[in-house]
Amino acid sequence: MNKAEILIIDDEPQIRKLLEINLESNDYKVWQASTAKEGILLAANHPPELILLDIGLPDKSGHEVLKELRTWYNQSIIILSVLNNEADIVLALDNGATDYLTKPFRTAELLARIRSAIRRNSTPNNSSIIVCGDLEIDLTARIIKKSNEILKLTSTEYQLLVMLAKNEGRVLTHQYILKEIWGVGYQTETQYLRVFIGTLRKKIENNPNQPSHIITESGVGYRFV
Amino acid sequence: MNTRKYSKPKQYLISIALILFTTLLCFFIKNTVGYKIIALILLMAVSITAMLFEILPVLISAILSGLILNYFFIQPYFSFKIDNEEDILLFIVYLLIALVNAVLTSQIRKEESKARDKEEKENTIKLYNILLNSLSHELRTPISAIIGAVDTLKEYKDKLSQHNQIELLDQIELASIRLNRQVENLLNMSRLETGFFKLNLDWCDTNELIFSILQKFSLIKTHVFQFEPVENLPYFKYDRGLMEQVLENIIHNALNYTPPNTVIKIEALHAAEKLKIVISDNGNGIPSNELHTVFEKFYRLPNTKTGGSGLGLSIVKGFVEAHHGSIIAENNPTTGAKFTIEVPAEASYLNNLTNE
Repeated sequence: MNKAEILIIDDEPQIRKLLEINLESNDYKVWQASTAKEGILLAANHPPELILLDIGLPDKSGHEVLKELRTWYNQSIIILSVLNNEADIVLALDNGATDYLTKPFRTAELLARIRSAIRRNSTPNNSSIIVCGDLEIDLTARIIKKSNEILKLTSTEYQLLVMLAKNEGRVLTHQYILKEIWGVGYQTETQYLRVFIGTLRKKIENNPNQPSHIITESGVGYRFV
Repeated sequence: MNTRKYSKPKQYLISIALILFTTLLCFFIKNTVGYKIIALILLMAVSITAMLFEILPVLISAILSGLILNYFFIQPYFSFKIDNEEDILLFIVYLLIALVNAVLTSQIRKEESKARDKEEKENTIKLYNILLNSLSHELRTPISAIIGAVDTLKEYKDKLSQHNQIELLDQIELASIRLNRQVENLLNMSRLETGFFKLNLDWCDTNELIFSILQKFSLIKTHVFQFEPVENLPYFKYDRGLMEQVLENIIHNALNYTPPNTVIKIEALHAAEKLKIVISDNGNGIPSNELHTVFEKFYRLPNTKTGGSGLGLSIVKGFVEAHHGSIIAENNPTTGAKFTIEVPAEASYLNNLTNE
């Protein structure tokens, strides 16, 4: 089996070393760049399956690099940053980041995010059945099953779930979800979103108070896993 | 006295008004007391302005009162002429005393304010030293733990039992998490101090927030958490990230300052247009004479074990106040401490409508 290739763009040698050891021992092939320029060049010459991008690069902001990469690169990009303010995270996601992790991060969490991001690359988006743990979504028949039992969802709940599930592993911002489901002009009506996430959780989660499918990303959005 | 209380134009206005008012008063009694007493009364008025205001308005009132004394009360009346030599002397001495009074009082006040500034500066330095001491302690302790554990693991790897190796790795993990929390607190403190943050107000499901915080503490087995969500609690508009920090810091505080097996109870309710969150425990409580100081920066309960920087609760207070809310620390009637947060927040009962 071919090893998935990952490009690390980070100026901190310690972080690169740590990532390199972790990723290689998990059977990934690792490329490294310490500046934005070098990173973009490497990505262009040898497009990897996934890019781990630091926001605080010496020669250019990671946000800029992200925008530049997104003009032609459509595989996953995970942002690694010490900045954990919500505005920054939302900006990165709006600019096309697949995911966002703040330093310090836990290795298991990073590996899980990488796995799910790479899986997203390889699964074709046109499959008519999405399976996620105990959930099964049949897009053609519009049927949702949880542990093989059919769930009754309202049409908005169904739309919301399908949208989240199609973007499995990815953080969708409040604004994005509201615009997609309710349309332009509803971007600030997060209370609608809360209501439907609440009712959806009651139907699909084993314990709605400790959700395992729809994860809240505080001040940013939701992630489906 | 503080001259900064009054604006400059106000100082001029009040001092001139005071002199004129005194003059009017003196006019009525001049036949009974004589002009020498009147000179003393006017001098008193000047002294009062000297106590209250800056030097210029005082000098003006000194000169004005001198002229008034001369014009209205020293014979011949309604003229600046003085016939009597004794009266000339009286007038000159009056002016001198009034002016010296003005200058001296202002100088005394200048000295006072210098001393005050010095005291303030000393207090700042003291606070800064406390910060540095507390910081170096709070940062170096976990760093020492990390370096020590790493050294031991590197040097004696073969001699250490599997159990001890895992123990050391756990210590490194704990110390790193603690370091990270200190940095987070410091960043928050500086955000508060510089006012460099904007509330990110959004509709929040408070029960969900509390459950997600409790999930973060789910590895803690030394304490018991209790939370019974109020069904139909409306959504409130507040900054979820900040509120998360507020609740986490109070819970960390409870974990640090209560004995094992303490029950930490959280309640969230809608009361009088406000979101009210109560976090109480059945530990030993806070000494009653310390209750009002727990939110002060760098304040630590005396004789308690280490583990905090004294920043946690002051950040809590800062974030709650940024929401125009209030927080009170008190002791339960039976045992343990109780923190009550009240935040005025827009509420939405939309969640209780059946959808579609």
